[in-house]
Amino acid sequence: MEEKDKILDIKDLDVSFRTSAGTVHALRGVNIDLYRGETVAIVGESGSGKSVSMKAAMGLLASNAVVNGGQILFRYKNEAGEIEEADILKKDKKWIRRNINGRHMAMVFQDPMTSLDPTMQIGKQITEGIIAHLGVSKKEAEERAKALLEEVGITDAEKRMRNYPHQLSGGMRQRVVIAIALSCDPDLLICDEPTTALDVTIQTMILNLILKVQKERGISVIYITHDLGVVAKVADYVNVMYAGKIVEVGNVNEVFYEPAHPYTWGLLSAMPDLETEDSRLYTIPGSPPNLLHEPKGDAFAARNEYALAIDEKEHPPMFKITETHSAATWLLDPRAPKVEMPEELKRRIERMRKEAE
Amino acid sequence: MQKYIFKRVITALITLLVITFLLFWLVRIMPGNPFPSERMTDEAIAAKRAEMGLDDPILTQFVRYMKKVLKGDFGKGTSLFNGAPIHTVLNKAIANSFKIGGIAILLGTFVGLVLGIIAALNRDRFWDVFCSVFSILGVCVPSYVFLIFLQYTFAYKTTLLPYFFDSSQFLKSSIIPSLSLSLFTMSTIARFTRNEMIEVMDSDYVLLAEAKGMYGYKLITRHVLRNALIPIVTVLAPLIVDLLTGALVVEKIYGIQGIGKLMVDAISGEGIDYNYVLALGILYSSLYIGIMLVVDLLYGVLDPRIRISAKGGDQ
Repeated sequence: MEEKDKILDIKDLDVSFRTSAGTVHALRGVNIDLYRGETVAIVGESGSGKSVSMKAAMGLLASNAVVNGGQILFRYKNEAGEIEEADILKKDKKWIRRNINGRHMAMVFQDPMTSLDPTMQIGKQITEGIIAHLGVSKKEAEERAKALLEEVGITDAEKRMRNYPHQLSGGMRQRVVIAIALSCDPDLLICDEPTTALDVTIQTMILNLILKVQKERGISVIYITHDLGVVAKVADYVNVMYAGKIVEVGNVNEVFYEPAHPYTWGLLSAMPDLETEDSRLYTIPGSPPNLLHEPKGDAFAARNEYALAIDEKEHPPMFKITETHSAATWLLDPRAPKVEMPEELKRRIERMRKEAE
Repeated sequence: MQKYIFKRVITALITLLVITFLLFWLVRIMPGNPFPSERMTDEAIAAKRAEMGLDDPILTQFVRYMKKVLKGDFGKGTSLFNGAPIHTVLNKAIANSFKIGGIAILLGTFVGLVLGIIAALNRDRFWDVFCSVFSILGVCVPSYVFLIFLQYTFAYKTTLLPYFFDSSQFLKSSIIPSLSLSLFTMSTIARFTRNEMIEVMDSDYVLLAEAKGMYGYKLITRHVLRNALIPIVTVLAPLIVDLLTGALVVEKIYGIQGIGKLMVDAISGEGIDYNYVLALGILYSSLYIGIMLVVDLLYGVLDPRIRISAKGGDQ
């Protein structure tokens, strides 16, 4: 097997937002790796910083965002087919728009009902990017757009090109958004909760569509989601994010079958499941910390029933469990008392394993 | 679409007819006579009223009036201008008002749009604050106060511009009234444009356009402005009518023979001039209804969602 080629390398990304209430420290040193052709999922509660880190990678941060430090190294194939590397944080907006956005890194957003321009025909919304990036003629761009619409499963592509967004259903619109994202054959596709706003039946169709185009085109995909069901279906690697930090990272089997961080235990326990004996759905007690006032020590300590004394004082480093699996919890320190995950969760993981086989 | 326009025009005509009748009836139940009657004997007044047919049933009078109006004859002034035909007087007044109002509309809309765009693009920075302060002033200060200020500085202190309206030097003497009239429109449009632009710039579809690689001029013109313009068109319509017709005080102070001044004279003279009030009322209403109609149609051009539904359903 050839050596794996890292396409995106986010290192110690630190971002805060100036708001009228004060500075919100949204990302507190985020590390994410993605290899070419693979899929990474970023999981976490609302406000944990999932979307912010990907918006930073796209150069789409709001104007009140301040980047305090870090690196976002993006390695893409240029026109000549050679690998080129850029640190997104060091480039200006115009350069990113011209050379990266839509061209090498594309994004699918959460709500297809609002993410298309209501006053522009579907076809034009697709060709716009193609013409800007690839410099082809309008006619050629339209041919490509039609082929794209067919690729994402829209029938009657010719006619649909002249439709306006309000004439399409939610699922159709998300297909159009995906077609727009794919229009210039990007290296990396970022999907920000691509199915959250859709019906369950359509969710599966859209996920399968993304899986299909990923396989056919060999692109790398990042999923931002809070739906662990989606993660299990699509991801190779999982990053669990909490309060602006990655707290556990591993491949999908490691994170689902051998979770090490109490927060991941909580997330897995909170998944709705028909077989759990307790009829009430488990919830992680409390709510995420307000990053306007940064917590001292481990941000999760206040909600963690396994918290140790040291959690109050110092943030745990990433402890390596295997080559690919690590977690930021003091429970993994050799000096820590031996703590097992809850019994109920163990039984649940056992069931998941059996289902998977 | 044609069916839609036809329907709208018919509704507009019916509305106009109802308004005309209401006006016709209202001026007649007001106290006083449509002619200078203070030094006339009761018999003379009664004779004059009978001659004008004012004692007939209201509907008979209305039908008689409408028959003439449909032929384009608005009658003669009953107390103003010693009975000169209304349409000749009106034509001149309309020309004056529309020219000055027209300049004010163009100025107000254009400068307002530019100010709003500048403010939105420099959100929360100096130019945004500057435009906001300007808009608040412009909305709060009545146009005639601004007119007096301009008159004082440019016509009295320095004699750069004429102190009163003079149709022989039209352009020069329209600067002061047009400018003061445009202030309100300018500020309203500026404030609206800013807010709409900011809302659109924060929208998901603009984020998607940026994610597609759009930026700068293309992003603003293709995605932001077009969507921001839709609601601006609605506020623009009544502003236009106000400017074309509603400059009552400004016309009076600056001595412009326009329809605003004519309206004031028709009501405040010796005896209410029924025919002028009615003719002007019909003019105001048809302008308002007409411009609203144009705006509705323009809306359809700008917003495909409305266009399609007007066509009669989804494809």
